[in-house]
Amino acid sequence: MTDTAHTTEVKPRRTSARPGTLALLLNNSLATGGLFVLVAICLIALAAPLLPLANPDVTAPANRLLPVFSDGHLMGTDHLGRDLLSRLIWGTRVSLAVGLSATFIAAFFGSLLGLVAGYAGGRVDTVIMRGIDMVMAFPYILLALAIVAVLGPGLLNALYAIALVNIPFFARNIRGITLGLSRREFVDAARLSGKSPAQILFIEILPNVLPVIVITMSTTVGWMILETAGLSFLGLGAQPPQADLGSMLGEGRKILFTAPHVSVIPGLMIFALVMSINLFGDGVRDVLDPRLRAGSLTRPVARTAVERGDAPVPPPSGKGVLDVRDMRTEFEIGGSVYKAVGGVDLNLAEGECLGIVGESGSGKSVTAMSIMGLVPTPPGRIAGGAAYLDGEDLFAVSDRHIRKLRGGAVAYVFQDPLSTLHPLFTVGDQLKEAIGTHQPLSSAEVKKRAIELLSLVRIPSPKERLAAYPHELSGGMRQRVCIAMALANDAKVLIADEPTTALDVTVQSQILTLMNGLRRDRNAAILFITHDFGVVSAICDRVAVMYAGRIVETGRTDEVLASPQHPYTAKLIECVPVLGEPERRLDAIEGRPPVVNNLPDGCAFADRCPRARPECRSGDIALVMSSEERGVRCLYPLNTEGTA
Amino acid sequence: MSVVSARQSEGDTLLGIEDVERIFGGGRKLFGGHKPAVHAVQGLTLNVRRGETLGVVGESGCGKSTLARLVVGLDLPTAGTITFDGEDLAGLAKRNRNALARKVQYVFQDPVASLNPRKTIRTILEAPLKHLSDLDARGREKRLQELLEAVNLAPEFLERYPHEFSGGQAQRIGIARALAAGPELIVLDEPVSALDVSVQAQVLNLLDALKEQYGLTYIFISHDLSVVESVSDRVAVMYFGRMAELGPAKEIFRHPLHPYTDLLMRSAPAPGRHDLVSEDAAAELPDPYNPPPGCAFAARCVRKTDLCHSVRPAPDEAQGEGGNHFAACHHPLPRA
Amino acid sequence: MAAYIVRRLLAAIPVLFGLTIIVFLIMAMIPGDPATAILGSYATPENVAKLNRDLGLDKTLFEQYVIWIGNLFQGDLGRSYTLNRPVLDEVLERFSATLILAGTSLVLCSIFGLLAGIVSAVRQYGWADKAITLLVLIGISTPSFWLGLILILIFAVNLRLFPASGMYAIYGGGDLPDLIHHLTLPALTLSVVATGVIARLTRTAMLEVLRQDYIRTARAKGLSERKVIYKHAFKSALVGVVPVIGIQAGFVIGGAVYIETVFQWPGIGSMLVTAISTRDLLLVQGGVLVVAAAYVLFNLFADVVQTLLDPRLR
Repeated sequence: MTDTAHTTEVKPRRTSARPGTLALLLNNSLATGGLFVLVAICLIALAAPLLPLANPDVTAPANRLLPVFSDGHLMGTDHLGRDLLSRLIWGTRVSLAVGLSATFIAAFFGSLLGLVAGYAGGRVDTVIMRGIDMVMAFPYILLALAIVAVLGPGLLNALYAIALVNIPFFARNIRGITLGLSRREFVDAARLSGKSPAQILFIEILPNVLPVIVITMSTTVGWMILETAGLSFLGLGAQPPQADLGSMLGEGRKILFTAPHVSVIPGLMIFALVMSINLFGDGVRDVLDPRLRAGSLTRPVARTAVERGDAPVPPPSGKGVLDVRDMRTEFEIGGSVYKAVGGVDLNLAEGECLGIVGESGSGKSVTAMSIMGLVPTPPGRIAGGAAYLDGEDLFAVSDRHIRKLRGGAVAYVFQDPLSTLHPLFTVGDQLKEAIGTHQPLSSAEVKKRAIELLSLVRIPSPKERLAAYPHELSGGMRQRVCIAMALANDAKVLIADEPTTALDVTVQSQILTLMNGLRRDRNAAILFITHDFGVVSAICDRVAVMYAGRIVETGRTDEVLASPQHPYTAKLIECVPVLGEPERRLDAIEGRPPVVNNLPDGCAFADRCPRARPECRSGDIALVMSSEERGVRCLYPLNTEGTA
Repeated sequence: MSVVSARQSEGDTLLGIEDVERIFGGGRKLFGGHKPAVHAVQGLTLNVRRGETLGVVGESGCGKSTLARLVVGLDLPTAGTITFDGEDLAGLAKRNRNALARKVQYVFQDPVASLNPRKTIRTILEAPLKHLSDLDARGREKRLQELLEAVNLAPEFLERYPHEFSGGQAQRIGIARALAAGPELIVLDEPVSALDVSVQAQVLNLLDALKEQYGLTYIFISHDLSVVESVSDRVAVMYFGRMAELGPAKEIFRHPLHPYTDLLMRSAPAPGRHDLVSEDAAAELPDPYNPPPGCAFAARCVRKTDLCHSVRPAPDEAQGEGGNHFAACHHPLPRA
Repeated sequence: MAAYIVRRLLAAIPVLFGLTIIVFLIMAMIPGDPATAILGSYATPENVAKLNRDLGLDKTLFEQYVIWIGNLFQGDLGRSYTLNRPVLDEVLERFSATLILAGTSLVLCSIFGLLAGIVSAVRQYGWADKAITLLVLIGISTPSFWLGLILILIFAVNLRLFPASGMYAIYGGGDLPDLIHHLTLPALTLSVVATGVIARLTRTAMLEVLRQDYIRTARAKGLSERKVIYKHAFKSALVGVVPVIGIQAGFVIGGAVYIETVFQWPGIGSMLVTAISTRDLLLVQGGVLVVAAAYVLFNLFADVVQTLLDPRLR
């Protein structure tokens, strides 16, 4: 037990690779433009008392309705002869102040209500949210109108009204986030660390909610400015002689036909102000929202991009139905290239089950997805090699043809059967769709076939189950439906990506038994991705062990398990407890796998390998085949005497 | 019930769970009628002895995580009592939750989710020292270094944020936090199931070493039989909110009494094992809103009789050898 | 499903009651003496006292509410003192005009918003996406009351394509083509902001859905991209967008206040603005109540549609 050495390796601090919030924001040219305009407007508005402006409220009937660019009145005058430029700047000042104050008031009270409701839950939550719902039952501006009707017209009253009607918006948003965070494990951990509820709410939860509050503020402040301007426009906000942008517009409206500039100019100002705020606000949102920050809202296209470059495409080996040759798949994220699959060779004969075993990040799932082009692009791409199905290069065929093969000759079963089935369609619809896409059958025949398939995967009362939605079935049943869907069109090759990992152990054994039986009955080949050697033993004829994007060892399952040749395989088998052998000492593998955007020279396992020698750390180490089926990517393999 | 309780209490009982029940939902609706209620845990009686590792196994929905939360006081039972060192735990949790937190700690399943993403490791590890111990700033600093040493992490990690760590490292931090308060009992809720297999072994070995070093008692909850077998002195098998079988680990795994335990063991894949048992697809968990009157496992059981459907077996209905092995089964498996 | 709709309808009843309480309280909270407000500052004390008695203001707040809601059930919302006609008659007449305007805008913004959002998501980062994103930003940043003025200047004053104001032509109007002619500018103006909001949301929802595992499943089944996007992805996205359309209905009805003022549309919005400035509070009360009730019912409808789409909500 003392062999757990000091774990000293640390992820390098990537201060340069992960730019700060401000740098990211400035990267976005639209947001920067918005910020620039906004700052300019704010500066001018702030400097209004210092600027050589005419008094905005002094009337001069003689000079009324002067056009723009008049002498001494750059933007002309209004119906009382007041200087428009001066009124515009002073009005902007008022509008900005009112909009910002309303935003802060709404954000403060709304967030507080949301935080308390979300964290306290139970009755407190119910009472607060019922109240909020009640306020939200009014159309937004209508409530503001009613409030102004009560309080009487006036700028401050308009401010209160706008702030008040926006409180529910903040409260709802923040409550949702808080509720989610309150159920997170770190909150429980804080409770067990002895923190009081108030400490947890304001020290643990608030910092995580703050970005959402900022996002919500930045996206609503424009709104609030528009709304207060609107109330003033209707004559319910700023009262003469004081002017904000809205009341200027309202006054100008009466003389729209004779002097359009009096209403056009303040309108343009509102637009410029709100637009710059919105541009900047969107930039803030993009930077602070983790989903957008990771670029994860990029739409994946229907098929993985193939960019094999100039290198010659390796010819088929001629073995098996599915023949993968030197396949390379990469992800380009934030300027660095992750070589998730770095040259994988596989072949799969009819009726054979090949297991791919590896830990997370080993590239086993990407290998499976690459074959039919299901790796999301962006950021993924096939960077080299080929996958042949009956001699046909799957990376070179047309989109139409690959669609025909997908779900036809090659079908997939994925890991989590809840998220892989469409929640809004019945099981029957999804199954029938799989059949109908590939077979020209009448709807009655399709239905008959769907029922057959459900009974094939041994789902009780299949006819009734057609009308069930995925959420109405148990995990095991859902996975059976997925398998039925994969079998809909007599697939030659089934690619199963951790199909039992999300299931309980008794259900797992049901599914494994089912798959094993089906492949024997139908002579289908299975490519089975898993992290569990036990599962491999139960179903796979042959196994390929992957590490850092490459196959490090391959062979018949029994041989690999009995006498592993690669030190990694050996370690991987030894570090897992085995049922019935409680006394076995677990031999942990120290350290962590390398990150695939920065692979070392030579053997990727060398850093963690007890047998590593200097030669292991240079050049490319080949997968050496000692027989037709057995191979290892190691200069100093174990157990070499025992095998041919 | 008392038989189980009495026989178990041979040895030094640290934690006593007596006929505990936790119901979710229930209560009355606005317009009459009862809201549906789910019994997450029911009729559970179990003693944890000082210094042992008690393994709890079961599949999803069996109530093992609810049990864990009850033991650390994150949740309170709707009936029954839990005592720690003879003191009522629910009362303690209400009266002085920090006193409880000094005695019982928890290690979470998802190591990364259990660390606040906006706090440094130092802040996270200092919280229990600040709130649960009376150390001064220098004492805390010294303790922090000791803790990091104990879980094999480098001191420079203290100033980092959780996202800079791998799952295995994050779990070590979680373990260090649990140790910080100096507890006697640690509840480990699936502590390695979110980790890669090569890291799993590191953490399991670490836990083993810490147990010896600090004289801890563990409740180790997992769905993985082989992991539980390798760490536990005694094992409790749970099914549908109730105890199915309880006994010394060796006994349970060599001579299971309950057909469910047997099914679990024969379903677990192992390297080199080709034959997995498989039941029929119809074998499903019972409806939690409408539990069967008899044995919850009866519908899936190969040994069931009419008796099983109508009468619920007592937790000690069947007894194995040695007087400390019980199963809730009318027709236990014969000793092979 | 029918049971669900009944349940939702029943659940709306307390909300509607809550509305009446809020509306009643708002009016009761008005500072000063309503009788004086109604009669003006030159009223004699006797007249004020008489009116207070007539209005029931000498009773407790609860009694006043009971009387008020009792009258409400009989369709009696009081009389407007400025118009000298029953509030309900005026409100219903005005509300039908608003319904035409807001309803048309809501249909327009739903269609254009959904279409723009889908195109934007499917052509992510293409020129269409960029153009739509920019247009959406401009749309939601433009004050609608100002946009209305600009459109009047361009299309009514300069090009003379559409009338500048009103619902029907004063002479010889009143048929459907005339209505459409008058409706075009205000309805378009009113729908701009909501179109932008819906387009934005649809885009995000589509992009989010397109990353889901079940979309990968749909592709792995060999479905055409058209089916993947318009059947599998769109249905899921719609579940998220429908409640937003419900919320947008509130913004459209509220926005109608401005648009009706700008285009002199004889709807409830312009009525409310006038009523507030003339302090015709019974009219304000009746108007707010009717609009809010309509909004609650519309959101109920949106909820039901969402539930029809998503079986998990049933």
